[in-house]
Amino acid sequence: MTTHQTPLLTVENVVKHFDISGGFLDQLAFKGGIHLEKTTVKAVNNVSLFVNKGETLSVVGESGCGKSTLARVILGLYRPNSGKIFYDGQRIDHLSHEQWLPYRRKMQMIFQDPYASLNPRKTVRQTLEEPLRFHNPKMTAQEAVDKVAYVMEQVGVDPAWIGRYPHEFSGGQRQRISIARGLILDPNFIVADEPVSALDVSIQAQILNLLMDLREKHDLTYLFITHDLSVVRHISSRVAVLYLGTVCELASAKDLFESPRHPYTRALLSAIPRIGEKKAKHIKLKGEVPTPVNLPSGCVFHGRCVYARDRCRKEFPRFNELSNSTFVSCHGVEEGWDLG
Amino acid sequence: MSHLLEVRDLEVKFALRSGDITAIDGVSFNLDPGERLGIVGESGAGKSVTGFAIINLISKPGYISRGSIYFEGNEISAYSLARMRKIRGNRISMIFQDPMMTLNPVYTIGFQMIETLQAHRNISKTQARAIALDKLKKVYIPSPEKRLSQYPHELSGGMRQRIIIAISLLADPAIIIADEPTTALDVTIQAEIMDLLQELCERDRMGLILITHDLGVVSQVTEKIAVMYAGKIIEYGPTETVVHHPVHPYTIGLIGSIPGSIEPGKDLKQIPGMMPTLTNIPPGCAFNPRCELAADICTKKTPVFEEKQNGIMAACHMK
Ligand SMILES: Nc1ncnc2c1ncn2[C@@H]1O[C@H](COP(=O)(O)OP(=O)(O)OP(=O)(O)O)[C@@H](O)[C@H]1O
Ligand SMILES: Nc1ncnc2c1ncn2[C@@H]1O[C@H](COP(=O)(O)OP(=O)(O)OP(=O)(O)O)[C@@H](O)[C@H]1O
Ligand code: SF4
Ligand code: SF4
Ligand SMILES: [Mg+2]
Ligand SMILES: [Mg+2]
Repeated sequence: MTTHQTPLLTVENVVKHFDISGGFLDQLAFKGGIHLEKTTVKAVNNVSLFVNKGETLSVVGESGCGKSTLARVILGLYRPNSGKIFYDGQRIDHLSHEQWLPYRRKMQMIFQDPYASLNPRKTVRQTLEEPLRFHNPKMTAQEAVDKVAYVMEQVGVDPAWIGRYPHEFSGGQRQRISIARGLILDPNFIVADEPVSALDVSIQAQILNLLMDLREKHDLTYLFITHDLSVVRHISSRVAVLYLGTVCELASAKDLFESPRHPYTRALLSAIPRIGEKKAKHIKLKGEVPTPVNLPSGCVFHGRCVYARDRCRKEFPRFNELSNSTFVSCHGVEEGWDLG
Repeated sequence: MSHLLEVRDLEVKFALRSGDITAIDGVSFNLDPGERLGIVGESGAGKSVTGFAIINLISKPGYISRGSIYFEGNEISAYSLARMRKIRGNRISMIFQDPMMTLNPVYTIGFQMIETLQAHRNISKTQARAIALDKLKKVYIPSPEKRLSQYPHELSGGMRQRIIIAISLLADPAIIIADEPTTALDVTIQAEIMDLLQELCERDRMGLILITHDLGVVSQVTEKIAVMYAGKIIEYGPTETVVHHPVHPYTIGLIGSIPGSIEPGKDLKQIPGMMPTLTNIPPGCAFNPRCELAADICTKKTPVFEEKQNGIMAACHMK
């Protein structure tokens, strides 16, 4: 892939499969003779993308398409089966635990569930101070408290509540605290995995405004993971659409929403309920969503695509750059078929 | 003229050890044949409790403490439980927020559908099977015969939701109450389920009460909207009007909070604070601590739910 500036993060042909065969006995299968059967979940399949400094790249797709797995691979929580990941020009996917440490503080994650992601037995102060002291062993107690209070203010939680436990906060406040935890080490890059999905819309708006505000103030770069397309349109500069662990389309948010190219992107966008607009006919897909255990041959979308032809069933489409720095993985787009 | 369903001044309380709490307070609306009403609001606003109250499924410590519900002109809120059971799942069906409240994981789809039918009607197993198949076809389930012998866990989320809709249709109900029927589903599947519900209402003149927190969904499927806040309907009117010209400051804020309602990248309109819990509802208008229009009277007097403009009813002193 060609880019014009050096991206902060580059993901190249990353594959992550999980072996879920279980124990030896579970793997025994009898199909015309006894043999061992391996079951793999093909969660992420040959994903390539890049995130430029200061932008928000959103990864969207339906449940189970591999968004969280991709996030975890990028942050070194899972090791990819193959492929490369670069941060600021340095390859990071094969680092040892110690070598990872400096990246730990630069790259942070905010999780989906503000209830599960905070330790219920730790006060806000403990939650925020621990990583701070770990990464800054020379910091004094006063400096640490000051920093915690400063970050709490940044995310709109009253520093007077520093001694409180998570259950004493509302869902929205808890999400602010997990954002504070993400910010406490002054990171450059934040992976936010569905940070507003569990929140009511009026609270969701507060958090989205906060995230956009912090991006500007602290010069942050976001990889934003969500299944909510209206959120995506609102906050992203670019968008990667994932289907069964494969990027179908990568484009600027404007291009993607105004002229989606890949048949799946089009179906997905046509299904968003938009407030106040009369219901447009959404594009109907055929068939059922396949599982990442039985990954379809060729184009992973072919079973549901109304334009699928023979080539789609046989050959994995290339991830092609079109003229306007939009990348699309589709034989139809590449060969100029009539896609409706 | 009487409506298919009329809910008047409904109040539901929960008797807790610490005292009674009011989960819904003076809720009124009505529904006509073929009409689609959306009930929207944030978590805890009282949407599900409203749905349950209509079919008298409020269980202890909850109880209907005031108001009445009329169905086809009869006051069903005064019915005995036994009499109500004949209406519930039969004339008025409910699709629950939790699919496992409808589907039993240990029985096949066919067994559950046939049993439901035979519980309400005196028909043979063969007849019941035929009706079950017919309903599965109505919700466009591929290979319906095969589904009858499958278990719930063998089906995808979208397929399971269609089965649940098929089950709710078994007795040709006059009303379906659908509580967050697509919240757990992906958008492409959500769109299909919503199309289906709309088609069923249009074709069979079925009334639909769609309960959801998603204003986008409601605005596309329904003709009327009731917006709930802290146990009360604070705005009620034709969907088009409520969406484009909302009256109540909470509705205005809620619509402005939705990404997509404004230009990308701009700050979303945000409502400060959060909805109060039932034990902490402020005096006067429950929305007053979050409202930018709040005046003195708002903290003292509860606003009356009354006719405002363009056929909208709302509860606000300032509008
Ligand atoms: N640790 C794991 N072991 C085995 N399979 C896994 C593991 N983590 C994820 N998977 C599987 O990989 C696939 C992708 O999961 P992932 O959580 O990345 O999806 P997602 O896009 O984040 O979905 P959602 O929107 O539901 O969060 C799924 O089929 C999931 O079951
Ligand atoms: N069995 C119960 N005992 C006590 N309080 C209850 C009970 N059931 C519901 N409530 C309370 O009644 C209020 C309304 O709940 P309800 O389930 O109707 O909310 P909702 O609008 O459906 O929210 P959600 O969007 O989260 O489903 C809530 O404050 C809830 O805590
Ligand atoms: S490659 Fe073929 S099957 Fe895949 S999206 Fe394009 S046209 Fe459809
Ligand atoms: S009554 Fe007062 S506080 Fe309530 S919504 Fe109207 S202006 Fe706001
Ligand atoms: Mg996920
Ligand atoms: Mg509910």
